Amino acid sequence: MITELGHFVLILAFLIAIVQAVVPLIGAHKHWYGWMAVAEPAAKMQFLFTAFAFAALTYAFVTSDFSLRLVWLNSHSAKPMLYKVSGVWGNHEGSMLLWVLILTLFGACAAWFGDNLPPTLRARVLAIQSSVAVAFFAFILFTSNPFLRLAVPPFDGQDLNPLLQDPGLAFHPPFLYLGYVGLSMAFSFAVAALLEGRVDAAWARWVRPWTLAAWVFLTIGIGLGSWWAYYELGWGGFWFWDPVENASFMPWLLAAALLHSAIVVEKRESLKSWTILLAILAFGFSLIGTFIVRSGLLTSVHAFANDPERGVFILMILAFFTGGALILFAMRASTMEAKGVFSVVSRESALVSNNILLAVSCFVVFVGTLWPMFAEMFFDRKLSVGPPFFNMAFTPFMIALGLILPIGSTLAWKRGKIGRAVHQMRYVFGLALALALLVWVMQTGRSLMGPLGLFLGAWVVFGAALDLWMRAQRKLDRLLRLPRADWGKAVAHAGLGVTMFGIAGLLAWQVEDIRVAKIDEPFTVGQFELELKGVKRVQGPNYLSTMGDVILRQDGVDIALLNPEKRNYPVAQMPTTEAAIDYRFLRDVYVVIGDPQQGGGWTLRTYIKPLANWIWAGTLLMALGGFLSLSDRRFRVAAGARKRRETHVPAQ
Amino acid sequence: MRQALAILLMVIALPLSAVQPDEVLDDPVLEQRARDLSKGLRCLVCQNESIDESEAPLARDLRLLVRERLVGGDSDSQAIDFIVDRYGEYVLLRPTVTGSNWLLWAAGPLMLLLASAIGFGYLRTRQGASEPEVVALSDTEKNRLAELLKDE
Repeated sequence: MITELGHFVLILAFLIAIVQAVVPLIGAHKHWYGWMAVAEPAAKMQFLFTAFAFAALTYAFVTSDFSLRLVWLNSHSAKPMLYKVSGVWGNHEGSMLLWVLILTLFGACAAWFGDNLPPTLRARVLAIQSSVAVAFFAFILFTSNPFLRLAVPPFDGQDLNPLLQDPGLAFHPPFLYLGYVGLSMAFSFAVAALLEGRVDAAWARWVRPWTLAAWVFLTIGIGLGSWWAYYELGWGGFWFWDPVENASFMPWLLAAALLHSAIVVEKRESLKSWTILLAILAFGFSLIGTFIVRSGLLTSVHAFANDPERGVFILMILAFFTGGALILFAMRASTMEAKGVFSVVSRESALVSNNILLAVSCFVVFVGTLWPMFAEMFFDRKLSVGPPFFNMAFTPFMIALGLILPIGSTLAWKRGKIGRAVHQMRYVFGLALALALLVWVMQTGRSLMGPLGLFLGAWVVFGAALDLWMRAQRKLDRLLRLPRADWGKAVAHAGLGVTMFGIAGLLAWQVEDIRVAKIDEPFTVGQFELELKGVKRVQGPNYLSTMGDVILRQDGVDIALLNPEKRNYPVAQMPTTEAAIDYRFLRDVYVVIGDPQQGGGWTLRTYIKPLANWIWAGTLLMALGGFLSLSDRRFRVAAGARKRRETHVPAQ
Repeated sequence: MRQALAILLMVIALPLSAVQPDEVLDDPVLEQRARDLSKGLRCLVCQNESIDESEAPLARDLRLLVRERLVGGDSDSQAIDFIVDRYGEYVLLRPTVTGSNWLLWAAGPLMLLLASAIGFGYLRTRQGASEPEVVALSDTEKNRLAELLKDE
């Protein structure tokens, strides 16, 4: 009953979306205020109805209603509650419903918080947002209906893919979708601005918080996914250049570029058409990502529900929105005139360089991801493009980005002096160099990658600190009173540096040991001693586990008891490995148990992973920086009004 | 017979992890070469995993093959050529720079050159541009301003 209500309400939301996509657009064109006003209540209703449909599906999962096909395919009565809930989006249909829920959430937020937008712009933004929703409602209802019933309900379900039964992955999709779909707001603003024929500083100021929020969520989502891969896939890799990972990484790169170019539009009224183009492309890449995951065009670890019919539908959505927006862009781009005047050496130019590097690196990822398909279609070559290619072709752009970041972010607006900026950075440069040299001396006979990575990371981190210190005019009390946007900028930049630190450390100094470990026979790996004390069988809620007891010692002192596991999920008939990790500030010790060996003993794999945590700590710092910036008073609507009162009254 | 089949199926279903202790070569230099080569070879039955990471039995066979060739005195490129001859260039995770593939490798640098040229051209025009005249507010803007100021 609740299920059918959910289905019905979803259809209603679809109809509301159609109305919202058409009526306000006509109203904005003809200046009929009544028609424009339709958008606001429609956006809110659309969200509430979709939320109800989503809640209905969640209810079916929580109560294990196996008469629902989707629940039967992806759930099991013995599954822990957390994964019953996360099972809602652990499949194609449910994840599309989550996608559209977030799409309507952003629309509703624009209706709730968009009071200060000019009425025509707001009507157009909401209409465009809703037209995207129409396409996805149609996609769900016509090709991927989550509310289908089974004529004969089975007793129990087929369980969720065990790899997905994990706290890290439970929350990975919602954050990722908040990011993907958040870029739809930037898209809607861009298309609305093209329709209005007007892009100015105010437009950039409205669009930035939405982009920033999307970027923050995307950062968290990608970070969670990478962390999950690190501890779950059993050998501690953190990034695989898998097509689906790339699909989330490309919008992230473009969103980062968009954040920076929108600053130039806001402060200097330049780079307008480029910013609009970026906004369109960023969302376009989100759609490409959806297409890649769901079409089965590119095989990948994560791809689910590969279905050509669905792939074609999403390709049509992609072609319609991206193509339509680009045509509109081609027609209107010439009307957007740049106003700001600045010299070639200036903050504006630094931000242009940032955009070039980010956009070109995104292009490299794009070409690399789709090349196997191109090569097969046009050159009849079946080939692979894997991590070695991306590491070689992509990394130089990130190094260049890291090198120019501290200088660029302290250059003056309009007319900077490169000599002055370099001079200011001399201590930072010296410090980073000294650190790299120290590490180079300490490590003997290893590759230069570690010291170079440390130099780059330290250069970015200390550069961000110095930037903040100079903003505070080198006074401690001013430091705390700086606007949060300044703090956000410094923290996010430092986060990038910390992540570079972590990646370099992990790749350069990882120690690996593979051996047959006999019970009670200690062995050494690096500066640690490990001892397998025993292996036991453990019964979990919906799995059987083989669990080892491994003692980790350093300098003769026990520092941790590690329990690496191999789990077998009988319903899904799938094994998983659960690595045991001793997390510490400077290194992780990562232990994986394998199979029993014929002569006694077990295969044991031990890794020492220096600075591994720093990768995700840096990711968190980047997200935190974004949040700090978002909470800046300039972005808070009410606070903005209050501030205006304080400052403008004397001027009256 | 049936029982034997069941046991066989169980054995097949058992997950083999990546590099096993019995595969590791005694000579650490040779082993390191084998590991480096394995990281660049794709596991054919997996989805985007190298044979070094993969748990599939086929990947194990390939790992053993690589080691066999190296122990037999092959150079790195000879060992790779041997495998590419049998499995096609699909096994290479790092595509070769031959034929149409130069486009893939050159895509990034070419795009960077193009983007830099456009970017620099844009910056030059901005440098030479004259400050725009300040345009007066339009009527709707004036009304909106009055409205905003009235609030306060």
